Amino acid sequence: MVALFPTCLGEALNRAAVRDTSRLLAAAGVAAEQPSGATCCGQPAWNSGFVRDARRVARRTLRALADAEAVVVPGGSCAAMMRLHWRELFRGERDEELAEAVAARTFELSQYLVDERGWVPPEPARKAEVSYHDSCHMLRELRLHDQPRALLAAVCDVRELPRADRCCGFGGTFSVRYPDVSTAMADDKLASAATIAAATVASADPGCVMQIEGRASRTGAGVRVAHLATIVAEAL
Amino acid sequence: MSGFEARSRAALADPRKRANVPRFAEKAALNRVRGFEGVDLEALRAAGEAARARAIADLPRLLDALQAKLEAAGAVVHRAATGADAARYVTDVVLRHGRMVVKSKSMASEEIGLNDHLEAAGVEVVETDLGEFIVQTAGEAPEHIIIPAIHKTTGQVRDLFEPLAGRPIGDDPAELTRFARAHLRKRFLEAPVGITGVNFAVAETGTIVLVTNEGNGRMCSSLPKVHVAIMGMERVVADLADLAVLLPLLTRSGTGQKITSYVTMLNGPRRREEGDGPEEMHVVILDNGRARVRETPYRSVLHCIRCGACQNVCPVYRQVGGTAYGWVYGGPIGAVLTPLLHGDQELGHASSLCAACDDVCPVRIPLHELLLGLRRDRAADSAGALERLAFRLWSLAWSRPWLYRLTVRMAGTARGPLPLLRRWTRTRDLEVHR
Repeated sequence: MVALFPTCLGEALNRAAVRDTSRLLAAAGVAAEQPSGATCCGQPAWNSGFVRDARRVARRTLRALADAEAVVVPGGSCAAMMRLHWRELFRGERDEELAEAVAARTFELSQYLVDERGWVPPEPARKAEVSYHDSCHMLRELRLHDQPRALLAAVCDVRELPRADRCCGFGGTFSVRYPDVSTAMADDKLASAATIAAATVASADPGCVMQIEGRASRTGAGVRVAHLATIVAEAL
Repeated sequence: MSGFEARSRAALADPRKRANVPRFAEKAALNRVRGFEGVDLEALRAAGEAARARAIADLPRLLDALQAKLEAAGAVVHRAATGADAARYVTDVVLRHGRMVVKSKSMASEEIGLNDHLEAAGVEVVETDLGEFIVQTAGEAPEHIIIPAIHKTTGQVRDLFEPLAGRPIGDDPAELTRFARAHLRKRFLEAPVGITGVNFAVAETGTIVLVTNEGNGRMCSSLPKVHVAIMGMERVVADLADLAVLLPLLTRSGTGQKITSYVTMLNGPRRREEGDGPEEMHVVILDNGRARVRETPYRSVLHCIRCGACQNVCPVYRQVGGTAYGWVYGGPIGAVLTPLLHGDQELGHASSLCAACDDVCPVRIPLHELLLGLRRDRAADSAGALERLAFRLWSLAWSRPWLYRLTVRMAGTARGPLPLLRRWTRTRDLEVHR
């Protein structure tokens, strides 16, 4: 069984992106299921320093994913948490071996489709324009730069966002701990989208989508912000 | 409101700072990229990390060797356990010779509040690095490790300099610099004591290395009768071979230069056969918490060579500048160093954990891992009871799938006066895609 791990932000705020992820996987010939026992990867507590609380939540999800041959995650930072930090989180603890095994079978969505399945979507009759914003942990922890762009480029004309690699200011709890700094960072991201008059900005992380879209909506920035899965699924 | 939040809001409310800091930080970041063109950067970073790790691993022995070499050359070495001890020592030295000092850039001197200490003793302190001179004239503190006046426009500099000059100077940076040069030249010739920082101290040869672009470091260390060099104890490197690795890493990372205009290497005071140089040389080796940090999992923060590259790429620093971090060092390195050397565990949170700093650090300090470590320390000791309770309740709820599902469904429809939600919705909409 291939598991689709929807992420907590996906389930709370962007179920459309989770559905679109299912559609992409189906189009790639993968029948993915959402394991009912999975909750969250534990990242909010991990990034705040509350390791035991992170482990308590992550353990539930880890065990729910134990039987999956692969776990697909439409969220760059959650994928980084599961692939990289679960190993640290469970080191010397119960479920250590399971965490190692599941981490090795967990993939960010574009990583799974492009690297593991060798799949990119068929080219549509007309290509819309899109720019891609790199999520920090996906780019600098998982080192996934080309994969999301490969998916988008198959169905869209990709215009590089200036400084696409710069943080949008979400940062999980950072966004509510220091809302003014976080918002100023989102404004910089929107300003860089404005310099190329980007119509659509795609991100492979529900947190970045929440942040950039939430600020764009508040300021009337006139740019559409959407999850990568949504943009690609629209072109199928 | 927490300290960092209050200070960062004040910084965000300063339109000139908000325009200048990112502009000049970006320029410095691009210079750095250009500076490493055609260079095997990863190999160089690995070598830099190894050189720094060697120095810090062997720190006590290297400091002894450095001290022995310096003393053999006629310098006086003072080991200062605390900032107060260092400031007292330097002030005593200065007072023995006069009431005025010229100073070149030294973050260690900022760290120990040396200028305040000297001024309280009736000593006139003249900062001679152009950026430091601007910041001192404004009555402010440096906003960046190597670009102290990164937040100032030329118009602001003109407004600071014209009253000193007693005449109009205008906005031309060359004219402003010419004024500063003439103004400072007199001070160099008058001052009995010059104070400098230390970029590197080579244990093998007993060499103090100063890296500057204006030549003021060389003036401070050669014109006055007495030279006092202040170094954090971690500035030491084992030998000239390691210096050869680290020096270009520092200059390329900081300004993109293969080498700065001036690299000064000092081996003690004037020798009998020499025609110039100070008659007395003092080297203050400052601990101020570093030896303690060396024994913790944060040891690698002592590898820092103070290039400022992490500040230039940090998206948080670029919004708020350096002083918002509440002490001497801003940006990612400040968010790590300040809690360790000075206190304020909250600063571990003054980062979105974007890890851009990790990618540019010339000695590969895992800054964002260290920030995470600080967050763990804070969660264990100084986090508020409310925050602890919140995470406990969250983890109890979200380790139960039915409660998890109930809460994420509610989250999509959450409205109203929840305090945390308001911290989101004050500036951003909460968009839900069902």
